[in-house]
Amino acid sequence: MAARKANLRIGAGASYAGDRIEPATLLAEHGKLDYLVYETLAERTIALANTQRMKDPDTGYNELLEERLRAALPHCRRHGTRIVTSMGAANPLAAARKAAQIVHDMGLGPMKIAAVLGDDVLDYCRQHADTLPIMETGLPLSSLQGELVSANAYLGADNIVQALQQGADIVITGRVADCSLFLAPMIHEFGWAGDDWNLLGQGQVCADMVECGANVSGGFFADPGYKEVPDLGSLGYPFLDMAPDGSCVLGKVDGTGGVINRAICTEQMLYEIHDPANYITPDVVVDFTQVRLEEIGPDRVRISGGRGRPRPEQLKVSVGIKEGWIGEAELTYAGLGCVNRARLAEQVVRERLRIGGVQLEELRVDYIGLNSLHGAASLPTPHEPYEVRLRFAGRAKNRRDAAKLAGEVETLVGKGPSMSSLPRTCLREVLAIYSVLIPRSAVEPRIVMEVVA
Amino acid sequence: MKTFYLREIAHARAGDKGDTSNIGLIAYRPEFYPVIVEQISVDKVRAHFGALVKGPVTRYLMPNVDAVNFVLEQSLGGGVTRSLSLDPHGKSYSALILTMPVSVSDEQAQALLQQGRTPLA
Repeated sequence: MAARKANLRIGAGASYAGDRIEPATLLAEHGKLDYLVYETLAERTIALANTQRMKDPDTGYNELLEERLRAALPHCRRHGTRIVTSMGAANPLAAARKAAQIVHDMGLGPMKIAAVLGDDVLDYCRQHADTLPIMETGLPLSSLQGELVSANAYLGADNIVQALQQGADIVITGRVADCSLFLAPMIHEFGWAGDDWNLLGQGQVCADMVECGANVSGGFFADPGYKEVPDLGSLGYPFLDMAPDGSCVLGKVDGTGGVINRAICTEQMLYEIHDPANYITPDVVVDFTQVRLEEIGPDRVRISGGRGRPRPEQLKVSVGIKEGWIGEAELTYAGLGCVNRARLAEQVVRERLRIGGVQLEELRVDYIGLNSLHGAASLPTPHEPYEVRLRFAGRAKNRRDAAKLAGEVETLVGKGPSMSSLPRTCLREVLAIYSVLIPRSAVEPRIVMEVVA
Repeated sequence: MKTFYLREIAHARAGDKGDTSNIGLIAYRPEFYPVIVEQISVDKVRAHFGALVKGPVTRYLMPNVDAVNFVLEQSLGGGVTRSLSLDPHGKSYSALILTMPVSVSDEQAQALLQQGRTPLA
């Protein structure tokens, strides 16, 4: 198919559910975008959204959908920018209806809003629980004890492409592989063939650069004295300038904070990949080992050399399951001898748990300020700290035991060692995520179009 | 030869998938890439992380971007969603790898000292 568009600019407006609003609005206003993509689903986000939808069938999509659309839509309409987003989470249809209502209320019609459905494969997974192996354990799905609450397949770009071909101005999906949200506009606008693996691989490499939003434009990078980031409080979010042959330059709006250089691009490229020659996505198996990154101007990096091989026959599914409760409690000891008092407090709590017969699957005790993140691997501290925060975390099958751990820590004030702050506690249900693979044929994607006159 | 923290010659970012962490380790300058390949081995990383990592450690080389990628299986406390850790994603593991010692040539050491970097005792 011949290329239809000379150039394409795709902006990254969000990279997690609670991401900032105004950088996306700034991109929409000043970025001269063809597409604005909001990626908002982490592994667990969609499982949590499913539990919401079970309580109220009109919810289960991103809570900031309305705020994001109201801020960006007028600019998108003015510049002809189309929106692709996974803000549909566990309920893309309700999200599309909400978007249609917003478009109508703001008088921005005519517009078409597509919901991409079909990633929900809970019924299939329940039916095949005895035969689907869990990738993490090798045991069948039915070996898990808790209540299965969600199963969502990582769909690829193809269904989004279809929605764009049907003229959608906004495409709202549920679980779609993050990069596919960016790859779909490339495939649609440039008419890329579904089996041009090297081209799709290059597209995917570029998508991978921006799918974590500001993580490639200055976010999670600064280390004073080593890696400086100007104006970190006003980070500009990134965009891709794509050409039909896959050549690509990464950039951000001039005058915004942050930095785009080879170093941060390399960090982002390696983020969450394992074997760089075999990065599996629903659209293509990506090879990063020939990628070249060149700084061609201030905050501009050229990306080339991405390659690919045929896409996998199976799709990955994230399964959400309720697996008990976690109780947590923290308090701080200060002054001379603080660490010894904290250690005594740990002994007291362990003794109280034993006396109370509290059943925990796992108990963890952290000394925050000494080694809470890396344990014995931490560098030694030369002096006793002035203060130490003692943290208990325990996982239990039932709520009662998790709550009892928190309760025992609360009673430390008055009944434990002296001179601490009052404890803070929290109790939460465990929504664990496992992965399985299912055949593509088990998924029946479909598109529902909402039309606003 | 002089010994420095790895932080003086490389930067890093960690990612997570289930119970597996990966750490991209990137040389600040191309001349440091061979130093990393030679000295920051799978065995040394496994020893440095100790009890944090319960599964296999794999290293992938990426000379095209002067980087190596470490994949640490069973290293996130049973998985991001079940872990009791304050850092269930292992995002701070990048900081831990940068505390490894690394030896550089006299010439490289001289350049680091001129940048104001301090060698290990």
